[in-house]
Amino acid sequence: MKLLLIEDEQGLRDNIAQFLQNEQYIVEMAADFRSATEKIALYDYDCILLDVGLPDGNGLNLLRSLKSNQKRDNVIIISAKDSLDDKLEGLDLGADDYLTKPFHLAELNARIKAVLRRKALGGRNVVTVNNMELDFDGRTLWIEGVEIHLNRKEFDILSFFVVNKNRLIYKSALAEHVWGDHMDNADNFDFIYSQIKNLRKKLKEHGANLEIQAIYGVGYKLTV
Amino acid sequence: MKLLNHTLLYLSASLVFILSIWAVIFYFGMMDEVYDSIDDGLENYKMLIIKKASRDSTLLRKNRFDESNYAIRPVDKDWALRATEEFKDTAMYMEYEEDYEVMRMLTTYFSTPQQQYYELKIITSMVEGEDLVADLLHALLWLYVAVIASAFVINNWVLRKIWSPFYQLQHELRSFRLGEDKAFNPPQSRVREFQDMNQTVSELLKANIEVFQQQKQFIENASHELQTPLAIAINKLELLLEQSQGKEEQAQLLANAIQYLERMTRLNKSLLLLSKIENRQFTKEEEVNFNERIRTQSEDFEELLQYRNIRLEIIEKATFKRRFNGDLADVLITNLLKNAIVHNYDGGRVVITVDENGFEVANTGKEQALDPAKMFNRFYRSADQPSSTGLGLAVVRAIAQLHQAEIAYRYNDKLHRLHFRLPHRM
Repeated sequence: MKLLLIEDEQGLRDNIAQFLQNEQYIVEMAADFRSATEKIALYDYDCILLDVGLPDGNGLNLLRSLKSNQKRDNVIIISAKDSLDDKLEGLDLGADDYLTKPFHLAELNARIKAVLRRKALGGRNVVTVNNMELDFDGRTLWIEGVEIHLNRKEFDILSFFVVNKNRLIYKSALAEHVWGDHMDNADNFDFIYSQIKNLRKKLKEHGANLEIQAIYGVGYKLTV
Repeated sequence: MKLLNHTLLYLSASLVFILSIWAVIFYFGMMDEVYDSIDDGLENYKMLIIKKASRDSTLLRKNRFDESNYAIRPVDKDWALRATEEFKDTAMYMEYEEDYEVMRMLTTYFSTPQQQYYELKIITSMVEGEDLVADLLHALLWLYVAVIASAFVINNWVLRKIWSPFYQLQHELRSFRLGEDKAFNPPQSRVREFQDMNQTVSELLKANIEVFQQQKQFIENASHELQTPLAIAINKLELLLEQSQGKEEQAQLLANAIQYLERMTRLNKSLLLLSKIENRQFTKEEEVNFNERIRTQSEDFEELLQYRNIRLEIIEKATFKRRFNGDLADVLITNLLKNAIVHNYDGGRVVITVDENGFEVANTGKEQALDPAKMFNRFYRSADQPSSTGLGLAVVRAIAQLHQAEIAYRYNDKLHRLHFRLPHRM
């Protein structure tokens, strides 16, 4: 999988690149509007991470030209502006997702995977982990072919773990993914633990072949 | 005390003084004139009597006043030559008044051509001093009342007219709020002093508004600029966290660092949000059904409520539906809800009551009322909540102000109640 990362802030660019390379993606980078235009014209990418606030142009224009050239690259917009209008405009222009800075790398990972999953044709938006199948469209879980009922949040937790498997997930990254932006009071994250405990119990009951490990004070890790 | 009454107070005090002095001077001046005129009359009378006596000697035998106003009696030559003419006040029984009254009496001496010496006493009725003083005082009192009353009326009218630019300015200033868009319009006036004052006030306000704008802009810019470095730092630590797998102590330190950076990010985000609300960057309005939003938002808190064993009740008395900014409606509900949960105790209660003009979020908590004057201030927080930003309710207030809504705090039945209410729909 080949990704293009368009981001003018070097520190952020390095972070994301390093993270994505660890995830076995091929990452190309562009630091400004001009070089990004060039790269987009020359190559095709599976997913483009696009910062809208570039020093020499608006990232949304890049998106416009991409779409008008009938390119099929998926685009995730990264913006420092937390405004609904921007988000709506970006999505209207054909972006696949929108992420507001600052974000957790695990969240970015989940978004990229979701976009790529949708892109992978063949229709079924399903991830298989050992004896477990997670259907993202139907939001259902099968273990050994048996459908297990999960509520919305349990599914969100499990899917976040699955796309970030074998990775240490920081607790607030999980909280933000499942409960949204406003669930941000660090002192309250203890309640997540009881949620995970329930989920763990459910998985164990149905013989799922995986383990959610809690790392005290830090977060969780799904080991396959 | 009103300016009007102030002038009146000084005026009436000084008038008492001025009028008293004036009354004394007037009294003596008038008495002097009265004596002068009476004495002149007596003098004239004397001449007439002496003239007549020289022709008609019967007059010389009239030694009692009786019905007339003079009496003559013979005296020694020596006595007559030694004595001098004299005016004096004396009392005399008046038949009419049935009382002794003050009379003016002239005592003089004359001689006939026959070298006979006589004493002549002429009396005439006098102004009664006591009565005069009483009358004068009476008149003065009325004058005083009349002057004060007219001063009051004139003052009232004139001052009101003259000071109207001042009152207008006062009204303008009273309704003026820093940070509101309303322009400051000083009243027009032809009076130089008022023009000067208006100009001074206008300039002062202008400078203040500018500083205020700069400060707001600064906060927005600063928090915006902080966003990226914070994001980078957090991401770097996350990468490091992954590399530290297996080394739990390191991981915990890193997680701790991230936690603090996230707190900073939250603070920053709230400040940015606050600035944006105050700078009116949320202009888009839509029909918002608060009942629905409250229900959806509450779902997000379900696990937290469950974990802390807090019972949430939503009482929908009516549908609260208004034109409102959708994002801000969510922020408003979330902040109030979060506030009610965070400042609660385990096993407590949160009651949300919705009526057609607003909603109230009530929660159990510390059994002590909060200071409503301070609780909406930025960075006001209780000591036992060190990780809260202290901006939640400040944001709530800013949203309320933006929509001309009212946010009120009450503590009763052991519930802290925050009531958000919009004015009636037009």
